[in-house]
Amino acid sequence: MSLPQTPEPRIRDGMRAALPLAPSPILFGLSYGVLADATGFGAAAAVVMSATTFAGAAQFASLSVLDAGGTVAAAVLAAIFLNARYVAISVTVASIFPGGKLRRLVESQSIVDESWALAGRRGRFEWPILVGSGLVFYTLWVGSTAAGTFVGGILEDPNALGLDAAFAALFLALAVPYLREPRARQAALLAAAITLALIPFAPAGVPIIVASAACLLGLRR
Amino acid sequence: MTSGWLVVAIVGVATIAFKAAGPVLIGRRALPTRVQSVVDLLAPVMLISLVATQTFGGDEEITVDARVLGVGAAVVAIALRAHVIVAMAVAAGVTAGVRLIA
Repeated sequence: MSLPQTPEPRIRDGMRAALPLAPSPILFGLSYGVLADATGFGAAAAVVMSATTFAGAAQFASLSVLDAGGTVAAAVLAAIFLNARYVAISVTVASIFPGGKLRRLVESQSIVDESWALAGRRGRFEWPILVGSGLVFYTLWVGSTAAGTFVGGILEDPNALGLDAAFAALFLALAVPYLREPRARQAALLAAAITLALIPFAPAGVPIIVASAACLLGLRR
Repeated sequence: MTSGWLVVAIVGVATIAFKAAGPVLIGRRALPTRVQSVVDLLAPVMLISLVATQTFGGDEEITVDARVLGVGAAVVAIALRAHVIVAMAVAAGVTAGVRLIA
């Protein structure tokens, strides 16, 4: 008698697994393209950033810092700190990539929050699901960013439409899943306090960078 | 806008390196636990700091305006488990509405 076997998934299965989640990269990609163009970041820069950075929160964050008048350094640091979690995420899937270093470098770019979550849904990380779904998310993300930039030019004053508040709502919604951890809640509260305390004294973007020190609460046992 | 392209280049290279770090460099080893717990807190900390900035940030001053009502409405939407896109639309709609009246 043999145990029932789950067939090894293929890239195709990963692509299919991504489809129910497709609305999210499409809508976010569109809104990123719209905002990037409306705030003067530039259509080409937005599309290239979607194709290289391929991480929504960081792209929106750098856009919002620049739009608020922050420096390049502040915008870069905000995005890099947000994406630092990908070091930890990529470590969790480090052993599933086949082939040489160059191939692993290329395929590792399919890592994004959603593809990573899908790849681990059967209790262990599956390479075909990660790469297959990542490919779908990547295509949708870059394509809808490009589509959004065509709409962006029509908006004259994005803030009249309340897009600044929409940014805040986006970041808040993205933070909520993390806040189930008590320590994450404490760190987030500390970060909010540092940010608000510094806004009257520091140039745009700097309070966010200083507030990131709140993550050092993680050193507490 | 050249500053935009600078951001695109630096963040792009850094993110590509972050995503490749595990598969290319680290292999099967794990991050030290304490480093891992600091990295785990980076995302929520940055996101909440962005919320605070985006809601109250002015030109080097704390500003309370239509955004606060918009973000407040989004908090309600999120508490009611609305989709992120719905929460964003609610925030934008309320803020734009208040600005129109005020």
